Amino acid sequence: MLATTYRRPRRMRIEHVAEPEIEHPNDAIVRVTRSCICGSDIHIYNGLVPDTRVGSIIGHEFCGVVEEVGPSVQHLKVGDRVLVPFNIFCGSCYFCQKELYGNCHNVNSQASAMGGFYGYTHTAGGYDGGQAEYVRVPFADVGPTIIPDDIHIEDAVLLTDAFPTGYQAAEMGSIREGDTVVVFGAGPVGLFAAKSAWFFGAGRVIVVDCEDYRLEFAKKFAHAETVNFREVDDVAIHLKKITEWMGADVCIDAVGCDATGSAFHSFTGKIAMIQAGSPIALHWAINSVRKGGRISIVGVYGPTFNMIPIGNAVNKGLTLRMNQASVKRHLPRLIEHIRAGHISPREVITHRIPLEEVADAYDIFVNKRDNCIKPVLIPPSARDAA
Amino acid sequence: MAGEPETSMDTADKFAHIPGWGSDLPRENRPAVPMERTPPRLDVPWSDPPPQQPMTVEVLRSVERPEHSRTFGTRLPPKGLSGAMRRAAFRHSENDLRHWLTLVAADRVDVAEGVCQDLKRSPVKLAAVGVGIAALVWWLARD
Repeated sequence: MLATTYRRPRRMRIEHVAEPEIEHPNDAIVRVTRSCICGSDIHIYNGLVPDTRVGSIIGHEFCGVVEEVGPSVQHLKVGDRVLVPFNIFCGSCYFCQKELYGNCHNVNSQASAMGGFYGYTHTAGGYDGGQAEYVRVPFADVGPTIIPDDIHIEDAVLLTDAFPTGYQAAEMGSIREGDTVVVFGAGPVGLFAAKSAWFFGAGRVIVVDCEDYRLEFAKKFAHAETVNFREVDDVAIHLKKITEWMGADVCIDAVGCDATGSAFHSFTGKIAMIQAGSPIALHWAINSVRKGGRISIVGVYGPTFNMIPIGNAVNKGLTLRMNQASVKRHLPRLIEHIRAGHISPREVITHRIPLEEVADAYDIFVNKRDNCIKPVLIPPSARDAA
Repeated sequence: MAGEPETSMDTADKFAHIPGWGSDLPRENRPAVPMERTPPRLDVPWSDPPPQQPMTVEVLRSVERPEHSRTFGTRLPPKGLSGAMRRAAFRHSENDLRHWLTLVAADRVDVAEGVCQDLKRSPVKLAAVGVGIAALVWWLARD
């Protein structure tokens, strides 16, 4: 089958690899019909995630059709159309029993802090990813969700990670009616966080980025005010100025370790790798939020450490919340939002690219060419069926 | 949609142009509240621990875990020099910087091993590299 494989930093390749097999009684094999490149794939692309093995199949946002099921699978059958949350989880461990599905303890031998994710290096369990024609899906009775007939396939694929992660980012901000919410990052997750902030009753939503085309999109898609951080002297001062010198009630870091905006953090985090990526968005979030405010982190960072102004967070009495999205938990509510016409997630898709051209897709997405916001990959079999 | 927004009419009017504004103001509409929700709403056909995946390849295990997880990926077991480095890394805990730095170093060695494998598979590239090395040796050895 065709699959996207990691070769070296800044080099992905499409190649023929062996098809996946059932390896556990509750596995399923899913034929991929759509997959996405996620902003967090850029961290792998740039070689920032430890234990990224050459040949790893990348991709954790995908949906498809069930091709084969293991002997113990009860809830899925061959031919079902499913969206597959990016978290792999058992549903029965201590953490899954608390609906913390992104923190399952039964799916990753190779790290205790991290759950299991598709196509996200051996630090996340070494599972094959979805930027391929077929994927092995463990614990098929609990993870995959059957796509309702009235949900568009492109909305479905965005329900596997980007939309739930953005929604959870807003939820973790504990937004109260009338709150001012600042979202750092106008990528897909940041856009969904900004859009979701209104669902929780925000009074103002401000999106910060350096790409004008993304900020323009944020105005239309998320009804947000925007700030281009390259056009202001100091982001924290600017945000305080426009919030009556108080700071925002809630700041959301939807960027993670590939952030730009600080030469010091870019060098130490992304080139010298002295810290686990560049934490400048989180730095700005802590310094821009008001005293007693809330910080929500969904941007991805490496497993070592980062230099952030934690002393300021203490002195300001901040609440910091963060996690990988517990996708399965959010799905019923997010599907309600789509059905109610509150949001059309697929509006963020700007590029639909054949899987065979994945190297070009990464180049377009990583380098923000052609006003790219979200690229979707379409495998040959899905194109033939269309 | 369960529950109505708990908000004043004035505020709701102000944001009427934003689809879904305030629809999740009621806490019962928020799927992630409370953060740790027990019992879960999921129908799971087994009790903990779930069935174990058979171990068919070498899978490294964090020393912070007493045993292997119930499932794992199997496509790329550790191999070669990079594999030896990864095994060494897993002698240290995730709490120990040596674990991560050794893995990052192993990744770079793995890239070099991958380039060698690519060359082995492609006689044309291998010949080109051979010619390049020969030219370099000639250039360095000339008077």
